[in-house]
Amino acid sequence: MTIPAIRIASVTKHYGQLQALGGVDLDIEQGEFFGLLGPNGAGKTTLISSLAGLVRPDGGTIEIMGHDVVTDYRNARRNLGVVPQELVFDPFFNVRELLRIQSGYFGIRGNDDWIDEILASLDLTAKAGSNMRSLSGGMKRRVLVAQALVHRPPVIVLDEPTAGVDVELRQGLWQFVRKLNRDGHTIVLTTHYLEEAEALCGRIAMLKAGKVVALDTTDNLLRRFATHSLRVRLERPEAVQGLGGAVVEGGWIEFGFESFDQVEQLLARLREAGAGMSEMQLGEPDLERVFIEVMNRD
Amino acid sequence: MTEHSRLIKVGRVVPWVGFRTLLYKEVMRFWKVSFQTVMAPVLNAVLFLLIFSHVLDRHVTVYGDIGYTAFLVPGLVMMSLLQNAFANSSSSLIQSKITGNIIFVMLPPLSYREFYAAYVIASILRGLFVGVGVLLVSVPFVELHMAYPLWVLMFAVLGGAILGSLGVIAGIWADKFDQLAAFQNFLIMPLTMLSGVFYSIHSLPQVWQDVSHANPFFFMIDGFRYGFFGQSDVSPWLSLGVVSICFVLLAAITLAMLARGYKLRA
Repeated sequence: MTIPAIRIASVTKHYGQLQALGGVDLDIEQGEFFGLLGPNGAGKTTLISSLAGLVRPDGGTIEIMGHDVVTDYRNARRNLGVVPQELVFDPFFNVRELLRIQSGYFGIRGNDDWIDEILASLDLTAKAGSNMRSLSGGMKRRVLVAQALVHRPPVIVLDEPTAGVDVELRQGLWQFVRKLNRDGHTIVLTTHYLEEAEALCGRIAMLKAGKVVALDTTDNLLRRFATHSLRVRLERPEAVQGLGGAVVEGGWIEFGFESFDQVEQLLARLREAGAGMSEMQLGEPDLERVFIEVMNRD
Repeated sequence: MTEHSRLIKVGRVVPWVGFRTLLYKEVMRFWKVSFQTVMAPVLNAVLFLLIFSHVLDRHVTVYGDIGYTAFLVPGLVMMSLLQNAFANSSSSLIQSKITGNIIFVMLPPLSYREFYAAYVIASILRGLFVGVGVLLVSVPFVELHMAYPLWVLMFAVLGGAILGSLGVIAGIWADKFDQLAAFQNFLIMPLTMLSGVFYSIHSLPQVWQDVSHANPFFFMIDGFRYGFFGQSDVSPWLSLGVVSICFVLLAAITLAMLARGYKLRA
Protein backbone atom coordinates (compact mmCIF):
# COMPACT_ATOMS: atom_id res chain seq x y z
CA MET A 1 0.00 0.00 0.00
CA THR A 2 1.27 3.48 -0.82
CA ILE A 3 1.93 5.76 2.10
CA PRO A 4 -0.01 9.01 1.98
CA ALA A 5 1.90 12.20 1.25
CA ILE A 6 0.31 13.67 4.37
CA ARG A 7 -1.48 11.81 7.14
CA ILE A 8 -3.19 13.88 9.79
CA ALA A 9 -4.78 11.86 12.61
CA SER A 10 -6.94 13.34 15.38
CA VAL A 11 -4.96 16.55 15.55
CA THR A 12 -6.06 19.05 18.17
CA LYS A 13 -4.68 22.45 19.07
CA HIS A 14 -5.85 25.04 21.56
CA TYR A 15 -4.59 28.56 22.12
CA GLY A 16 -5.75 29.17 25.68
CA GLN A 17 -9.53 28.73 25.61
CA LEU A 18 -9.69 28.95 21.82
CA GLN A 19 -9.91 25.66 19.96
CA ALA A 20 -7.94 26.13 16.73
CA LEU A 21 -8.10 22.48 15.64
CA GLY A 22 -10.72 20.15 17.01
CA GLY A 23 -9.65 16.66 16.00
CA VAL A 24 -8.69 16.86 12.35
CA ASP A 25 -8.32 13.63 10.39
CA LEU A 26 -7.11 13.86 6.82
CA ASP A 27 -5.10 11.77 4.39
CA ILE A 28 -3.67 13.41 1.28
CA GLU A 29 -2.39 10.96 -1.29
CA GLN A 30 0.83 11.30 -3.23
CA GLY A 31 0.46 13.25 -6.45
CA GLU A 32 -2.77 14.99 -5.40
CA PHE A 33 -3.54 18.66 -5.96
CA PHE A 34 -5.40 19.25 -2.73
CA GLY A 35 -7.29 22.34 -1.61
CA LEU A 36 -7.68 23.36 2.00
CA LEU A 37 -10.44 25.94 2.26
CA GLY A 38 -12.16 27.75 5.05
CA PRO A 39 -13.03 31.21 6.30
CA ASN A 40 -10.55 33.26 8.33
CA GLY A 41 -9.99 31.62 11.70
CA ALA A 42 -11.07 28.18 10.49
CA GLY A 43 -7.70 26.67 11.37
CA LYS A 44 -6.04 26.44 7.95
CA THR A 45 -2.86 28.24 8.94
CA THR A 46 -2.66 26.36 12.25
CA LEU A 47 -2.97 23.08 10.36
CA ILE A 48 -0.32 24.06 7.81
CA SER A 49 1.96 25.34 10.57
CA SER A 50 1.51 22.00 12.34
CA LEU A 51 2.61 20.17 9.19
CA ALA A 52 5.68 22.38 9.03
CA GLY A 53 6.56 21.99 12.71
CA LEU A 54 5.94 25.69 13.41
CA VAL A 55 3.04 24.81 15.69
CA ARG A 56 3.01 21.88 18.08
CA PRO A 57 -0.39 20.21 18.25
CA ASP A 58 -1.81 19.31 21.68
CA GLY A 59 -2.85 15.88 20.44
CA GLY A 60 -2.83 13.58 17.44
CA THR A 61 -0.12 12.81 14.92
CA ILE A 62 1.00 14.17 11.58
CA GLU A 63 3.17 12.34 9.08
CA ILE A 64 4.78 13.67 5.91
CA MET A 65 5.62 10.85 3.50
CA GLY A 66 5.45 8.46 6.44
CA HIS A 67 7.67 10.52 8.74
CA ASP A 68 6.24 11.85 11.98
CA VAL A 69 6.68 15.63 12.17
CA VAL A 70 7.70 15.43 15.85
CA THR A 71 9.60 12.20 16.36
CA ASP A 72 11.17 12.08 12.88
CA TYR A 73 11.11 15.81 12.16
CA ARG A 74 14.30 15.84 10.09
CA ASN A 75 12.92 13.48 7.45
CA ALA A 76 9.45 15.00 7.64
CA ARG A 77 10.82 18.49 6.95
CA ARG A 78 13.10 17.26 4.16
CA ASN A 79 9.99 16.00 2.39
CA LEU A 80 8.07 19.23 2.77
CA GLY A 81 8.34 22.62 1.07
CA VAL A 82 6.25 25.48 2.40
CA VAL A 83 5.52 28.74 0.62
CA PRO A 84 4.50 31.08 3.43
CA GLN A 85 1.62 33.51 3.15
CA GLU A 86 3.57 36.61 4.19
CA LEU A 87 6.12 38.23 1.87
CA VAL A 88 9.11 37.66 4.12
CA PHE A 89 12.75 37.85 3.11
CA ASP A 90 16.25 38.29 4.47
CA PRO A 91 17.49 41.73 3.39
CA PHE A 92 21.18 40.85 3.74
CA PHE A 93 21.40 38.55 0.73
CA ASN A 94 20.70 38.40 -2.97
CA VAL A 95 18.41 35.84 -4.57
CA ARG A 96 21.09 33.29 -5.43
CA GLU A 97 22.72 33.58 -2.00
CA LEU A 98 19.35 33.03 -0.34
CA LEU A 99 18.68 29.91 -2.40
CA ARG A 100 22.16 28.54 -1.66
CA ILE A 101 21.69 29.22 2.04
CA GLN A 102 18.25 27.60 2.02
CA SER A 103 19.74 24.54 0.26
CA GLY A 104 22.43 24.40 2.94
CA TYR A 105 19.87 24.45 5.74
CA PHE A 106 18.47 21.26 4.24
CA GLY A 107 21.95 19.74 4.20
CA ILE A 108 22.48 20.14 0.44
CA ARG A 109 25.70 21.47 -1.06
CA GLY A 110 26.55 22.18 -4.70
CA ASN A 111 22.91 22.74 -5.60
CA ASP A 112 23.54 25.38 -8.28
CA ASP A 113 22.26 23.32 -11.22
CA TRP A 114 18.89 22.85 -9.57
CA ILE A 115 18.87 26.48 -8.38
CA ASP A 116 19.47 27.62 -11.98
CA GLU A 117 16.60 25.42 -13.12
CA ILE A 118 14.22 26.85 -10.53
CA LEU A 119 15.32 30.41 -11.33
CA ALA A 120 14.68 29.81 -15.03
CA SER A 121 11.29 28.18 -14.39
CA LEU A 122 10.19 31.11 -12.26
CA ASP A 123 11.63 33.70 -14.66
CA LEU A 124 14.07 34.90 -12.01
CA THR A 125 17.39 34.27 -13.76
CA ALA A 126 17.94 37.96 -14.46
CA LYS A 127 17.35 38.76 -10.79
CA ALA A 128 19.69 36.11 -9.35
CA GLY A 129 22.22 38.75 -8.28
CA SER A 130 19.66 41.26 -7.01
CA ASN A 131 19.13 41.95 -3.35
CA MET A 132 15.67 40.98 -2.16
CA ARG A 133 14.93 44.56 -1.13
CA SER A 134 15.08 45.69 -4.75
CA LEU A 135 12.51 43.17 -6.03
CA SER A 136 8.83 43.85 -6.64
CA GLY A 137 6.20 42.07 -4.56
CA GLY A 138 5.54 39.58 -7.34
CA MET A 139 9.23 38.79 -7.69
CA LYS A 140 9.56 38.32 -3.95
CA ARG A 141 6.63 35.90 -4.07
CA ARG A 142 8.41 33.89 -6.77
CA VAL A 143 11.56 33.77 -4.66
CA LEU A 144 9.48 32.36 -1.79
CA VAL A 145 8.32 29.61 -4.13
CA ALA A 146 11.92 28.99 -5.19
CA GLN A 147 13.04 28.77 -1.57
CA ALA A 148 10.38 26.14 -0.90
CA LEU A 149 11.68 24.05 -3.81
CA VAL A 150 15.46 24.10 -3.30
CA HIS A 151 15.50 20.69 -1.60
CA ARG A 152 13.14 19.11 -4.17
CA PRO A 153 10.41 18.27 -1.68
CA PRO A 154 7.81 15.74 -2.83
CA VAL A 155 5.14 17.63 -0.87
CA ILE A 156 4.61 21.35 -1.40
CA VAL A 157 2.29 23.52 0.66
CA LEU A 158 1.22 26.88 -0.73
CA ASP A 159 -0.42 29.10 1.86
CA GLU A 160 -2.46 31.66 -0.06
CA PRO A 161 0.27 32.20 -2.63
CA THR A 162 -1.74 34.56 -4.83
CA ALA A 163 -2.93 36.97 -2.14
CA GLY A 164 -2.27 40.45 -3.52
CA VAL A 165 -0.67 39.13 -6.70
CA ASP A 166 -1.51 40.55 -10.13
CA VAL A 167 -3.29 38.48 -12.77
CA GLU A 168 -0.25 37.87 -14.97
CA LEU A 169 1.89 36.57 -12.12
CA ARG A 170 -0.99 34.50 -10.82
CA GLN A 171 -1.39 32.77 -14.17
CA GLY A 172 2.36 32.15 -14.41
CA LEU A 173 2.47 30.80 -10.89
CA TRP A 174 -0.39 28.38 -11.49
CA GLN A 175 1.19 27.18 -14.71
CA PHE A 176 4.36 26.40 -12.79
CA VAL A 177 2.54 24.73 -9.89
CA ARG A 178 0.51 22.61 -12.33
CA LYS A 179 3.76 21.48 -13.91
CA LEU A 180 5.13 20.54 -10.48
CA ASN A 181 2.00 18.53 -9.86
CA ARG A 182 2.30 16.81 -13.26
CA ASP A 183 5.91 15.97 -12.33
CA GLY A 184 4.55 14.11 -9.32
CA HIS A 185 4.73 16.66 -6.51
CA THR A 186 1.85 16.62 -4.09
CA ILE A 187 0.41 20.11 -3.82
CA VAL A 188 -1.60 21.43 -0.91
CA LEU A 189 -3.15 24.81 -1.53
CA THR A 190 -4.99 27.23 0.69
CA THR A 191 -6.63 30.16 -1.01
CA HIS A 192 -9.49 32.58 -0.63
CA TYR A 193 -9.92 32.60 -4.42
CA LEU A 194 -12.42 29.76 -4.73
CA GLU A 195 -12.42 29.80 -8.52
CA GLU A 196 -8.68 28.99 -8.37
CA ALA A 197 -9.28 26.07 -6.03
CA GLU A 198 -12.08 24.82 -8.28
CA ALA A 199 -9.90 24.99 -11.38
CA LEU A 200 -6.79 23.47 -9.82
CA CYS A 201 -7.68 21.09 -7.01
CA GLY A 202 -8.74 17.51 -7.56
CA ARG A 203 -9.89 17.15 -3.96
CA ILE A 204 -10.89 19.68 -1.36
CA ALA A 205 -11.29 19.80 2.40
CA MET A 206 -13.29 22.59 3.98
CA LEU A 207 -12.49 23.61 7.50
CA LYS A 208 -14.79 25.39 9.88
CA ALA A 209 -13.98 26.19 13.50
CA GLY A 210 -11.06 23.78 13.46
CA LYS A 211 -12.95 20.83 12.02
CA VAL A 212 -13.20 19.27 8.57
CA VAL A 213 -16.81 19.88 7.52
CA ALA A 214 -16.53 18.71 3.91
CA LEU A 215 -14.03 16.45 2.20
CA ASP A 216 -14.43 15.10 -1.28
CA THR A 217 -13.31 15.44 -4.87
CA THR A 218 -14.07 18.83 -6.33
CA ASP A 219 -16.53 17.27 -8.80
CA ASN A 220 -18.40 15.42 -6.07
CA LEU A 221 -18.61 18.54 -3.92
CA LEU A 222 -20.07 20.46 -6.83
CA ARG A 223 -22.56 17.67 -7.49
CA ARG A 224 -23.49 17.09 -3.87
CA PHE A 225 -23.91 20.58 -2.62
CA ALA A 226 -24.44 23.11 -5.35
CA THR A 227 -27.56 23.45 -7.42
CA HIS A 228 -27.71 24.71 -10.99
CA SER A 229 -29.51 27.95 -11.50
CA LEU A 230 -31.72 29.50 -14.10
CA ARG A 231 -31.76 33.28 -14.27
CA VAL A 232 -34.47 35.06 -16.14
CA ARG A 233 -35.38 38.67 -16.83
CA LEU A 234 -39.16 39.02 -17.04
CA GLU A 235 -41.55 41.61 -18.47
CA ARG A 236 -44.02 40.90 -15.63
CA PRO A 237 -42.01 39.73 -12.64
CA GLU A 238 -45.03 39.97 -10.36
CA ALA A 239 -46.62 37.12 -12.31
CA VAL A 240 -44.18 34.52 -10.95
CA GLN A 241 -44.74 35.11 -7.25
CA GLY A 242 -45.00 31.77 -5.50
CA LEU A 243 -42.78 29.92 -7.99
CA GLY A 244 -39.77 30.03 -5.66
CA GLY A 245 -37.58 32.47 -7.55
CA ALA A 246 -35.33 34.97 -5.84
CA VAL A 247 -34.69 38.48 -7.07
CA VAL A 248 -30.96 39.03 -7.56
CA GLU A 249 -28.97 42.00 -8.79
CA GLY A 250 -29.87 43.72 -12.08
CA GLY A 251 -33.56 42.77 -11.93
CA TRP A 252 -32.82 39.12 -12.62
CA ILE A 253 -34.85 36.43 -10.94
CA GLU A 254 -33.02 33.23 -10.09
CA PHE A 255 -34.45 29.75 -9.73
CA GLY A 256 -32.42 26.83 -8.42
CA PHE A 257 -32.73 23.28 -9.72
CA GLU A 258 -30.88 20.02 -9.24
CA SER A 259 -31.44 18.25 -12.55
CA PHE A 260 -31.99 19.55 -16.05
CA ASP A 261 -35.42 17.91 -16.50
CA GLN A 262 -36.66 20.39 -13.90
CA VAL A 263 -35.81 23.28 -16.27
CA GLU A 264 -38.48 22.33 -18.74
CA GLN A 265 -41.15 22.26 -16.03
CA LEU A 266 -39.99 25.60 -14.76
CA LEU A 267 -40.12 27.21 -18.20
CA ALA A 268 -43.63 25.78 -18.72
CA ARG A 269 -44.80 27.34 -15.46
CA LEU A 270 -43.32 30.70 -16.43
CA ARG A 271 -45.11 30.51 -19.76
CA GLU A 272 -48.41 29.56 -18.09
CA ALA A 273 -48.05 32.50 -15.71
CA GLY A 274 -47.62 34.84 -18.70
CA ALA A 275 -44.43 36.35 -17.26
CA GLY A 276 -42.99 37.30 -20.67
CA MET A 277 -39.35 36.22 -20.61
CA SER A 278 -36.96 38.74 -22.22
CA GLU A 279 -33.58 37.15 -21.28
CA MET A 280 -32.38 33.85 -19.82
CA GLN A 281 -29.07 32.53 -18.38
CA LEU A 282 -28.11 29.08 -17.13
CA GLY A 283 -25.74 29.06 -14.18
CA GLU A 284 -23.32 26.20 -13.50
CA PRO A 285 -22.72 25.17 -9.91
CA ASP A 286 -19.52 26.70 -8.57
CA LEU A 287 -17.34 26.20 -5.55
CA GLU A 288 -18.35 29.51 -4.06
CA ARG A 289 -21.93 28.28 -3.75
CA VAL A 290 -20.69 24.99 -2.29
CA PHE A 291 -18.52 26.88 0.16
CA ILE A 292 -21.33 29.15 1.29
CA GLU A 293 -23.72 26.23 1.62
CA VAL A 294 -21.24 24.15 3.62
CA MET A 295 -20.31 27.03 5.89
CA ASN A 296 -23.95 27.89 6.55
CA ARG A 297 -24.85 24.38 7.63
CA ASP A 298 -24.69 24.05 11.37
CA MET B 1 2.40 6.27 -6.06
CA THR B 2 2.45 7.85 -9.49
CA GLU B 3 5.20 7.15 -11.98
CA HIS B 4 6.41 10.71 -11.55
CA SER B 5 6.47 10.78 -7.79
CA ARG B 6 8.88 7.87 -7.69
CA LEU B 7 11.32 10.13 -9.50
CA ILE B 8 11.14 12.87 -6.89
CA LYS B 9 13.90 12.36 -4.40
CA VAL B 10 14.84 14.66 -1.63
CA GLY B 11 18.27 16.13 -2.47
CA ARG B 12 21.34 14.30 -1.16
CA VAL B 13 21.83 15.36 2.43
CA VAL B 14 25.32 15.89 3.84
CA PRO B 15 25.66 15.84 7.65
CA TRP B 16 26.55 19.11 9.41
CA VAL B 17 25.90 21.19 6.30
CA GLY B 18 22.75 22.63 7.89
CA PHE B 19 24.62 23.82 10.96
CA ARG B 20 27.55 25.15 8.93
CA THR B 21 25.21 27.03 6.62
CA LEU B 22 23.38 28.67 9.52
CA LEU B 23 26.73 29.63 11.03
CA TYR B 24 27.89 31.00 7.67
CA LYS B 25 24.67 32.98 7.29
CA GLU B 26 24.99 34.45 10.78
CA VAL B 27 28.63 35.42 10.20
CA MET B 28 27.83 36.95 6.80
CA ARG B 29 24.92 38.84 8.34
CA PHE B 30 27.28 40.90 10.51
CA TRP B 31 30.20 40.84 8.10
CA LYS B 32 28.18 42.41 5.29
CA VAL B 33 27.54 45.39 7.55
CA SER B 34 30.92 45.28 9.32
CA PHE B 35 31.21 49.05 9.28
CA GLN B 36 28.35 49.10 11.75
CA THR B 37 28.96 45.81 13.55
CA VAL B 38 32.77 45.79 13.88
CA MET B 39 34.26 49.16 13.01
CA ALA B 40 31.82 51.28 15.03
CA PRO B 41 32.36 49.39 18.32
CA VAL B 42 36.11 49.58 17.77
CA LEU B 43 35.82 53.35 17.36
CA ASN B 44 33.73 53.56 20.56
CA ALA B 45 36.40 51.69 22.47
CA VAL B 46 39.12 53.94 21.08
CA LEU B 47 37.21 57.00 22.27
CA PHE B 48 37.02 55.51 25.77
CA LEU B 49 40.75 54.76 25.57
CA LEU B 50 41.67 58.27 24.46
CA ILE B 51 39.58 60.02 27.07
CA PHE B 52 40.36 57.84 30.08
CA SER B 53 44.04 57.39 29.32
CA HIS B 54 44.47 61.14 28.78
CA VAL B 55 42.77 61.97 32.07
CA LEU B 56 44.06 59.19 34.29
CA ASP B 57 47.27 57.69 32.95
CA ARG B 58 49.61 59.88 34.95
CA HIS B 59 47.56 59.66 38.11
CA VAL B 60 46.73 55.99 38.48
CA THR B 61 48.82 52.86 38.55
CA VAL B 62 47.45 49.40 39.14
CA TYR B 63 49.02 46.15 40.37
CA GLY B 64 52.09 48.13 41.46
CA ASP B 65 53.79 49.26 38.27
CA ILE B 66 51.22 48.85 35.52
CA GLY B 67 50.14 52.14 33.93
CA TYR B 68 46.43 52.94 33.75
CA THR B 69 46.26 52.82 29.94
CA ALA B 70 47.82 49.37 29.87
CA PHE B 71 45.37 48.26 32.60
CA LEU B 72 42.44 49.75 30.70
CA VAL B 73 43.05 48.14 27.29
CA PRO B 74 42.25 44.49 28.18
CA GLY B 75 39.13 45.68 30.00
CA LEU B 76 37.99 47.64 26.96
CA VAL B 77 38.76 44.72 24.67
CA MET B 78 36.69 42.38 26.80
CA MET B 79 33.86 44.87 27.30
CA SER B 80 33.57 45.42 23.53
CA LEU B 81 33.78 41.69 22.91
CA LEU B 82 31.01 40.93 25.40
CA GLN B 83 28.68 43.69 24.26
CA ASN B 84 29.03 42.75 20.62
CA ALA B 85 28.61 39.04 21.24
CA PHE B 86 25.31 39.89 22.93
CA ALA B 87 24.30 42.31 20.18
CA ASN B 88 24.94 39.74 17.46
CA SER B 89 22.63 36.93 18.48
CA SER B 90 19.98 39.18 20.05
CA SER B 91 19.66 41.57 17.10
CA SER B 92 19.72 38.78 14.54
CA LEU B 93 16.91 36.92 16.29
CA ILE B 94 14.68 39.88 17.01
CA GLN B 95 15.06 41.18 13.45
CA SER B 96 14.23 37.76 12.06
CA LYS B 97 11.23 37.42 14.36
CA ILE B 98 9.85 40.87 13.60
CA THR B 99 10.37 40.67 9.84
CA GLY B 100 9.14 37.07 9.80
CA ASN B 101 12.15 35.61 8.01
CA ILE B 102 12.87 33.39 11.04
CA ILE B 103 10.56 30.95 9.24
CA PHE B 104 13.42 30.09 6.85
CA VAL B 105 15.40 28.74 9.80
CA MET B 106 12.40 27.07 11.43
CA LEU B 107 11.24 25.08 8.40
CA PRO B 108 14.47 23.15 7.64
CA PRO B 109 15.55 20.05 9.55
CA LEU B 110 17.91 21.87 11.91
CA SER B 111 18.00 20.66 15.49
CA TYR B 112 17.74 23.09 18.39
CA ARG B 113 21.35 22.25 19.31
CA GLU B 114 22.54 23.21 15.83
CA PHE B 115 20.48 26.38 16.07
CA TYR B 116 22.05 27.27 19.43
CA ALA B 117 25.59 26.43 18.36
CA ALA B 118 25.38 28.45 15.14
CA TYR B 119 24.03 31.59 16.82
CA VAL B 120 26.45 31.41 19.73
CA ILE B 121 29.56 30.67 17.64
CA ALA B 122 28.70 33.55 15.28
CA SER B 123 28.38 35.78 18.35
CA ILE B 124 31.77 34.66 19.64
CA LEU B 125 33.30 35.37 16.24
CA ARG B 126 31.86 38.86 16.08
CA GLY B 127 33.07 39.48 19.64
CA LEU B 128 36.54 38.26 18.70
CA PHE B 129 36.65 40.44 15.57
CA VAL B 130 35.75 43.50 17.61
CA GLY B 131 38.10 42.53 20.45
CA VAL B 132 41.04 42.03 18.09
CA GLY B 133 40.15 45.34 16.42
CA VAL B 134 40.25 47.20 19.74
CA LEU B 135 43.53 45.49 20.62
CA LEU B 136 45.09 46.48 17.28
CA VAL B 137 44.08 50.13 17.46
CA SER B 138 45.41 50.37 21.01
CA VAL B 139 48.91 49.38 19.87
CA PRO B 140 50.01 53.00 19.23
CA PHE B 141 48.89 54.00 22.73
CA VAL B 142 50.42 51.35 24.93
CA GLU B 143 52.90 48.51 24.90
CA LEU B 144 51.09 45.33 25.90
CA HIS B 145 52.37 41.78 26.39
CA MET B 146 50.25 38.74 26.88
CA ALA B 147 51.63 36.79 29.81
CA TYR B 148 49.29 33.86 29.22
CA PRO B 149 47.68 33.95 25.73
CA LEU B 150 45.71 30.77 26.35
CA TRP B 151 43.97 32.33 29.35
CA VAL B 152 43.17 35.33 27.19
CA LEU B 153 41.66 33.14 24.49
CA MET B 154 39.80 30.96 26.99
CA PHE B 155 38.11 33.91 28.71
CA ALA B 156 37.40 35.61 25.37
CA VAL B 157 35.66 32.51 24.02
CA LEU B 158 33.80 31.74 27.25
CA GLY B 159 32.73 35.36 27.68
CA GLY B 160 31.56 35.52 24.06
CA ALA B 161 29.65 32.25 24.54
CA ILE B 162 27.94 33.54 27.71
CA LEU B 163 26.87 36.80 26.08
CA GLY B 164 25.96 35.01 22.85
CA SER B 165 23.68 32.73 24.90
CA LEU B 166 22.20 35.71 26.75
CA GLY B 167 21.61 37.29 23.33
CA VAL B 168 19.72 34.20 22.16
CA ILE B 169 17.59 34.29 25.32
CA ALA B 170 16.89 38.01 24.94
CA GLY B 171 16.25 37.75 21.20
CA ILE B 172 13.74 34.94 21.70
CA TRP B 173 12.09 36.51 24.75
CA ALA B 174 11.71 40.04 23.38
CA ASP B 175 8.73 40.73 21.15
CA LYS B 176 9.72 44.32 20.41
CA PHE B 177 12.94 46.23 19.93
CA ASP B 178 12.35 48.29 23.08
CA GLN B 179 12.16 45.13 25.19
CA LEU B 180 15.52 44.10 23.79
CA ALA B 181 16.89 47.59 24.41
CA ALA B 182 15.70 47.33 28.04
CA PHE B 183 17.55 44.01 28.40
CA GLN B 184 20.66 45.62 26.97
CA ASN B 185 20.49 48.94 28.83
CA PHE B 186 19.28 47.75 32.23
CA LEU B 187 21.15 44.46 32.50
CA ILE B 188 24.06 44.02 30.10
CA MET B 189 25.37 47.58 30.13
CA PRO B 190 25.42 48.13 33.94
CA LEU B 191 26.90 44.67 34.59
CA THR B 192 29.64 45.38 32.04
CA MET B 193 30.39 48.91 33.18
CA LEU B 194 30.52 47.87 36.86
CA SER B 195 32.71 44.86 36.25
CA GLY B 196 36.08 46.49 36.70
CA VAL B 197 36.69 47.51 33.11
CA PHE B 198 37.84 50.95 34.21
CA TYR B 199 39.21 50.20 37.67
CA SER B 200 40.62 47.52 39.91
CA ILE B 201 38.02 46.54 42.49
CA HIS B 202 40.73 46.91 45.15
CA SER B 203 40.30 50.65 44.68
CA LEU B 204 36.67 50.34 45.85
CA PRO B 205 35.32 50.37 49.42
CA GLN B 206 34.90 46.86 50.84
CA VAL B 207 31.15 46.83 50.36
CA TRP B 208 31.45 47.55 46.65
CA GLN B 209 34.18 44.97 46.35
CA ASP B 210 31.72 42.44 47.80
CA VAL B 211 29.00 43.59 45.42
CA SER B 212 31.42 43.23 42.51
CA HIS B 213 31.93 39.60 43.43
CA ALA B 214 28.25 39.00 42.70
CA ASN B 215 28.75 40.25 39.15
CA PRO B 216 29.81 37.44 36.79
CA PHE B 217 31.10 40.04 34.32
CA PHE B 218 33.75 40.99 36.87
CA PHE B 219 35.20 37.46 36.70
CA MET B 220 35.21 37.53 32.89
CA ILE B 221 37.14 40.80 32.83
CA ASP B 222 39.45 39.90 35.68
CA GLY B 223 40.33 36.50 34.24
CA PHE B 224 40.88 38.01 30.80
CA ARG B 225 43.14 40.67 32.29
CA TYR B 226 45.11 37.99 34.12
CA GLY B 227 46.06 36.58 30.72
CA PHE B 228 47.80 39.89 29.93
CA PHE B 229 49.48 40.80 33.23
CA GLY B 230 49.71 37.57 35.16
CA GLN B 231 48.05 39.51 37.98
CA SER B 232 44.39 39.88 38.87
CA ASP B 233 42.00 40.98 41.60
CA VAL B 234 40.96 37.38 42.35
CA SER B 235 42.46 34.00 41.50
CA PRO B 236 42.13 33.26 37.76
CA TRP B 237 41.02 29.75 38.68
CA LEU B 238 38.13 31.18 40.66
CA SER B 239 37.25 33.39 37.67
CA LEU B 240 37.46 30.42 35.33
CA GLY B 241 35.21 28.39 37.63
CA VAL B 242 32.59 31.15 37.91
CA VAL B 243 32.64 31.87 34.18
CA SER B 244 32.41 28.18 33.29
CA ILE B 245 29.48 27.62 35.64
CA CYS B 246 27.73 30.70 34.20
CA PHE B 247 28.22 29.37 30.69
CA VAL B 248 26.91 25.90 31.53
CA LEU B 249 23.85 27.37 33.28
CA LEU B 250 23.03 29.79 30.49
CA ALA B 251 23.62 27.17 27.80
CA ALA B 252 21.26 24.81 29.63
CA ILE B 253 18.58 27.51 29.96
CA THR B 254 18.91 28.52 26.31
CA LEU B 255 18.84 24.93 25.07
CA ALA B 256 15.79 24.21 27.21
CA MET B 257 14.01 27.25 25.74
CA LEU B 258 14.89 26.16 22.21
CA ALA B 259 13.93 22.54 22.84
CA ARG B 260 10.51 23.69 24.07
CA GLY B 261 10.19 26.02 21.10
CA TYR B 262 9.56 28.90 23.53
CA LYS B 263 8.09 31.81 21.51
CA LEU B 264 9.35 30.19 18.31
CA ARG B 265 7.13 27.14 17.83
CA ALA B 266 3.64 27.81 19.21
